[in-house]
Amino acid sequence: MTTTVEEILERKSHAVTRDPEQAPTHDIREALFELEAKGEIVVQRVPENHIEVKTKYGRTKKIPVEHTWHHKSCGQCGHIPGYTSSIFWLHRQFGLDYIDPTDQTSCTGWNYYASATSNAVAQAAVMIRNFAAAHETGYFPMIHCGTSYGHYKEIREQLVHHKELRDEVRRVLDKMGKPLVIPEELVHYSEWIHAMRNRFAEKQTVDMSMITATVHPACHYYKIVAEDAIYDPDIYGGQRTATVTGTLQSLGINVADYSTWFDCCGFGFRHVLVERDFTRSFSTLRKIEVMKNEVNPDVTVTHDTGCVTTLDKSQFSAKAHDRKVGIPVLSDAQMAALAMGAHPFRVVQFHWHSTDWRPFLDKLGINWQKYWDEFQGDLELIRSGQKSGITWEDADAPVVYG
Amino acid sequence: MPTTQENWNPGKLEDRHPEVSYEEKERLFLEVKNDPRYEDFLYGCFECGICVSACPSARFYDYSPRVIAQAMAREDIVRVYDIISEDIWNCAQCFSCVRCPRQNNPGGLVTLLREVAVNNGLQETKDVLQGYSRVIYKVMLKGNQVSPDMLQPDFFPDWGPWVGQFSANMPVWRKAIPVDTLRGVTDAAWKTDRKTLLELYTIWFETGNMDIIKEIDEGLYDLLADVMQEELEEG
Ligand code: SF4
Ligand code: SF4
Repeated sequence: MTTTVEEILERKSHAVTRDPEQAPTHDIREALFELEAKGEIVVQRVPENHIEVKTKYGRTKKIPVEHTWHHKSCGQCGHIPGYTSSIFWLHRQFGLDYIDPTDQTSCTGWNYYASATSNAVAQAAVMIRNFAAAHETGYFPMIHCGTSYGHYKEIREQLVHHKELRDEVRRVLDKMGKPLVIPEELVHYSEWIHAMRNRFAEKQTVDMSMITATVHPACHYYKIVAEDAIYDPDIYGGQRTATVTGTLQSLGINVADYSTWFDCCGFGFRHVLVERDFTRSFSTLRKIEVMKNEVNPDVTVTHDTGCVTTLDKSQFSAKAHDRKVGIPVLSDAQMAALAMGAHPFRVVQFHWHSTDWRPFLDKLGINWQKYWDEFQGDLELIRSGQKSGITWEDADAPVVYG
Repeated sequence: MPTTQENWNPGKLEDRHPEVSYEEKERLFLEVKNDPRYEDFLYGCFECGICVSACPSARFYDYSPRVIAQAMAREDIVRVYDIISEDIWNCAQCFSCVRCPRQNNPGGLVTLLREVAVNNGLQETKDVLQGYSRVIYKVMLKGNQVSPDMLQPDFFPDWGPWVGQFSANMPVWRKAIPVDTLRGVTDAAWKTDRKTLLELYTIWFETGNMDIIKEIDEGLYDLLADVMQEELEEG
């Protein structure tokens, strides 16, 4: 049967409606419950307080509102700590119950994708050890890193499909007295942000309607095991993931489209560490410069560790080559926190970002110098030993911009 | 030998590695093919090139996920060896190629090929990973891939003067973070329990991950094994 151009155009002219019954893939959660019924695994249930969202093929996904165990990201905590602190700050603004664990390792997936110096059993065991640690606390895992999220989704598929892998992982976990636990849903923090976006908007104190933003959807969020990402017919007709774009729109920001939205950021895992000519060129020539030429945004927003790092840090050398760059890069968590009055330095930690963010804050009417001076005062107290560090007591209260 | 108009002969691809026997190439190919994940990643190839159009590395290098899928599907042992010894390290592991209409995962195939290259200690692989050992050391010992103290101007000169400013201020900036598990930590991304790290070391030994490190870098293995074994013995 031939499909005419008219038919294709007609199909693309309206939002995609998805029927989970017609989904081309199996529902992994059913497989998990079957394995649990056979006594092979433990499935940790999503807490009662959750919000339902729709994923790519119209299935329902439960996003826990609270009682969450935060699987932090090494790249965020190590190099962009305002990303992590903004996620927690948002929880604290609503008095939500969460755990920031010390019984957690990273997924180690960055290294695996960079060097392959590991194997399927080791990677699965690292994941299950973290999930078992969360299960011991009774809190539900919320994954901060896009790569951890994608990697864990892939490992979950492999565990479901390959009994020998489950057996081997169980043998290793037995040595630690831990069961093979898989959560009912794998939840990325940006899905929580998306689910909570209207509640953030209710508490918004900073007008962002003058801001134009571009969105870089993170590859490992929606390309790996694609069916698990959030889609919404009201956002790009359900043709792209709604995560991030939906959040920014709820905050009143104008989200502008650009032609290379599907391209990766250029991170490359090993490239960003040891072969950055690729990373620098790709991220600036295929992403930043295209955004600049096509829509000239005030900021670009993404939802993963490597993307924030790559898109932000690569701009310095491109500028030295007179390329058209200069777009500050933030995560959706930082944008939402800023909109609700999070301190630009104590919470959002702008000073860890290298592309000039000052014009963006100026446009928002935020006198960043005043808050930078205040933060310098904090640092002086820390240097002189009068203060051991900044705590939530210093950072919780939203700034009221006058 | 570079391909020119004179010597271009698509029917007879030159064997770039005649020094490696066909049997050895076949052995490596079968190691990839026998991985249980292989059948989830390759279902044949239409040769449509959709993966290439989405691939960032194809824009930058002489590299093609289509060629990888095709060579694997056709069981082109000689070509697969070229790929395993060179091409695989160009892949950015972004998985943009999974938009393949045949439901292939060329990026996943690259992961399997890389694992086999590492497990067999291929010289090209050792060369590629040489500058990378300190990252492996960090992730296996601390459970974190990156830490604030890695941000040094000599390692990231292209990130601009910000890196110098950061490394000069690192101890105090790290204390000025409200998150309890991050505050003041500079040699890892966050505070991790000792028990957690011992469990991680158990994973590395029990799953054969330490043997992989030994194959690729014996010096690194000795360093890691010493520290981990001592910690595990202390309990
Ligand atoms: S995973 Fe590798 S092969 Fe696939 S699109 Fe990304 S860079 Fe290309
Ligand atoms: S997209 Fe799939 S079918 Fe098409 S060339 Fe690539 S691997 Fe082959």
